[in-house]
Amino acid sequence: MSVASEKLMVSAGQGCVDRPVLKQRGQQEVFCGLTGIMWLHRKIQDAFFLIVGSRTCAHLMQSAAGVMIFAEPRFGTAIMEERDLAGLADMNEELDTVVDRLLERRPEIRLLFLVGSCPSEVIKLDLSRAAQRLSQRHSPQVRILNYSGSGIETTFTQGEDACLASLVPSLPSEPDNAPKSLLVVGALADVVEDQFARLFEQLGITHTRFLPARLADDMPPVGANTHFLLAQPFLTDTARALEARGARYIQSGFPLGAEGTTEWLRAAASCFGVPDAKFEEVVSAPRTRARRAVQQYEERLSAKKLFFFPDSQLEIPLARFLGQELGMQTLEVGTPYLNKRLMAAELSQLPDDVVVSEGQDVDKQLDRCRDAQPDIVVCGLGLANPLEVEGITTKWSIELVFTPIQGFEQAGDLAELFARPLNRRTRLEV
Amino acid sequence: MQLTLWTYEGPPHVGAMRIATAMTDLHYVLHAPQGDTYADLLFTMIERRKKRPPVTYTTFQARDLGADTSQLFMDAARDAQERFNPAAMIVGASCTGELIQDDPGGLSKTLGLPVPVIPLELPSYSKKENWGASETFYQIVRHLAPLGPEASERTDISCNILGPTALGFRHRDDVTEIKRLLESLGISVNVVAPLDASVHDLLRLRHAEFNVVLYPEIAATAAAWLKRTFRQPFTTIVPIGVGATRDFIREIAEITGRDADTLLEQSESRLPWYSRSIDSTYLTNKRVFLFGDATHVIALARVAEKEMGFKVVGMGTYTRERARDVRDAAESYGVEALITDDYLEVERLVQELQPEMVLGTQMERHMAKRLGIPCAVISAPVHVQDYPARYSPLMGFEGANVLFDTLVHPLTMGLEEHLLQMFRDDFEFNDAAGPSHLSHGGHGPVKGQVDGGEAEPEQAQSFENNSNSIVWLDEAERELKKVPFFVRGKARRNTEKFAAELGLAEISMETLYEAKSHFSR
Ligand code: SF4
Ligand code: SF4
Repeated sequence: MSVASEKLMVSAGQGCVDRPVLKQRGQQEVFCGLTGIMWLHRKIQDAFFLIVGSRTCAHLMQSAAGVMIFAEPRFGTAIMEERDLAGLADMNEELDTVVDRLLERRPEIRLLFLVGSCPSEVIKLDLSRAAQRLSQRHSPQVRILNYSGSGIETTFTQGEDACLASLVPSLPSEPDNAPKSLLVVGALADVVEDQFARLFEQLGITHTRFLPARLADDMPPVGANTHFLLAQPFLTDTARALEARGARYIQSGFPLGAEGTTEWLRAAASCFGVPDAKFEEVVSAPRTRARRAVQQYEERLSAKKLFFFPDSQLEIPLARFLGQELGMQTLEVGTPYLNKRLMAAELSQLPDDVVVSEGQDVDKQLDRCRDAQPDIVVCGLGLANPLEVEGITTKWSIELVFTPIQGFEQAGDLAELFARPLNRRTRLEV
Repeated sequence: MQLTLWTYEGPPHVGAMRIATAMTDLHYVLHAPQGDTYADLLFTMIERRKKRPPVTYTTFQARDLGADTSQLFMDAARDAQERFNPAAMIVGASCTGELIQDDPGGLSKTLGLPVPVIPLELPSYSKKENWGASETFYQIVRHLAPLGPEASERTDISCNILGPTALGFRHRDDVTEIKRLLESLGISVNVVAPLDASVHDLLRLRHAEFNVVLYPEIAATAAAWLKRTFRQPFTTIVPIGVGATRDFIREIAEITGRDADTLLEQSESRLPWYSRSIDSTYLTNKRVFLFGDATHVIALARVAEKEMGFKVVGMGTYTRERARDVRDAAESYGVEALITDDYLEVERLVQELQPEMVLGTQMERHMAKRLGIPCAVISAPVHVQDYPARYSPLMGFEGANVLFDTLVHPLTMGLEEHLLQMFRDDFEFNDAAGPSHLSHGGHGPVKGQVDGGEAEPEQAQSFENNSNSIVWLDEAERELKKVPFFVRGKARRNTEKFAAELGLAEISMETLYEAKSHFSR
């Protein structure tokens, strides 16, 4: 393992970045990156996500988004058909027609993502060329970008990473003499974003922007004086793309829980030279509030044993929070993909005896899980009910992605998400 | 390429999953990328099944494509056989698997697995879920049924019930109801398949005298093959509604030479009386639109028109394979069938027809909610609340009772409708107040509150566009507001049409009532 060269901080006795990782290759029971569209299409209010894929992709979106079907969504699927594949129809022409029709129907759309899928990747349909061609045709009204959310390349939240990474090259340039600015990266619930914006402002970090912005024309500029802080752990490619544009990465863990949020804010504060006293003054009240909120659940959760199946890449920060602030004990924490650089601060706070696994062989992992006899299992929707039937309490991981959990004000809610299934199991008398 | 927002059917391999999951000891090895594992949640979350579907996905990744995906498939198949020890296996590919052309069928043959392995060819880019289920069931029957021993002499009359699957709309309860009905006819049930059937059960299929095809979308192909091969006749009538259930009983009497008269006489459904009771008068000529799979749409159109006294103003299906049957049925009600799998086309037709009730799938439920039209779900695809805890079949006489309730529940009740008409100005009778027995009030027009402000402008515009030249005078507009919201759209359209025909530039109160009498039914 070559992480040593990156000079990561490893606090003695606390755990270590350079730890053994159980690598699994087998059946992966994880959504593909298309699923990120579920929240991204709500986050960017004038963007549309057009998947170029198969009926399976359309069905995935519908099944996973079932509960949000009420409003006409800002996503759709251009389903490839036999005649497209047999070369009877020119796929590029077909795609152009679909896009024309779509934009005519939704004139308010300013940003269109062409989203690649497994089938479009396998047949090597060049969506970046299509995006360029269509951009010329529809500019300046609509900007057209592309990324892949295919299941052969991305898992679940990596779809957001690919989407944001595709945005980065098109972000406006910040002039070289621009003041030092902070860029917070990763889609957050609007309410969380607003809370963070207020905190940074109080800290005196006045040039703060968020990626993605809520509107296409509002995307933040980037340049050599941009310092970026990741709000989500799964942004490997986005971080790389930002660095390629000269922006600088602020090394940090992630803002989950009272302590996680404090350290995350502190990383930005020290980058921007905020005096310690000032920092304490700003964070102490909300941090106290957060600690109090979390503590309410400590009695119910401490010493409970956790087992994480891989899903969103939020698993390691969650395990850190639940251990550090609630005294829970993680037996195994699975992640679909482990980026040791971005996860360094989190890994170093994880006790040594926690098994970290990357990738999946779901049947073997289920065997390990049953053997380990955890009190609560964090897993995807396909596994949850069957485990409950076996008497194992579960928390569906997708809820952790769809609920505002970051920041001080949400720390208590985050703890509650884990307390609820346990509470429910003890309450029911049927 | 087809632009799709919502789809009525999943891909064909999901149909195959519905067969495999329905059975007790069949395992499916699917050459597919990891994202396709989402389909598990349909069964574990939406249908609340207690076990994971018996499906192994190979979950190949981009980096495998250059290397050896066929090896990956073979390893997965071998491991699955060892781990799950199924009595038989089916193997195939999803849409992406199909593109990489690894030939799962051929590969598994080389493995020499100790159980029957049935290869599936499900063309993902031209076929869909129900076709996939039908083809899978047919292949399983064709491979397994001949392996069973011939029937020994038997004295009782027996049949198989074919078609119920996992994730089927009310299949669980339909089976119970139809079994009961057959038993009261003195007919024993040999095998129900694929729901809860074992591979061994399929070996006994040939022992039955005839087959009951509960869901033609799933079982018609297999039943036709069984008829050709084992000379088993099959039923053609789907027993949904009182009339169809009676016809079904007669059809079985004919096939078996049994006397069905006693059973027909004591048919115990409450629907006929409830429908005749005077409280139901208000149901007369309610304008209803139906959309769903062919079986349910055809059956429910008959129930709606002949047993509830509604008026079918439009109907359609996404089951292209049975377009002809639906067209014929539609014609008998004097309407033209809409054959499409484009949700937007259905929505356009509903807006145009302005029915008083929609019977459809979960998609129509949402569309109707948006348009403020009462709706009941009568066909897949459905959501979690359409798998009720209580017993609620659609088939047989109990099914007819359930249907009566289902079709009446969303509507405003008889006297209430009169009161709403008479006292429009009562402040509690505002447009957002739905039928008083539906507490969530979700049935009022919800224009403007859709998607947090991202309103759907089409609905309002569709009227205003074609009335550009015609002006509503204030008094007429005010009067129109007194028309209950659930028929107001129709009143507005009719009046405008009437005015246009007469070449009027303005609509007065007079015009409104002229139009009303012109169109009165
Ligand atoms: S949100 Fe409610 S009504 Fe809509 S599909 Fe889901 S369960 Fe059905
Ligand atoms: S895994 Fe691939 S084929 Fe399946 S839904 Fe995702 S992108 Fe589509």
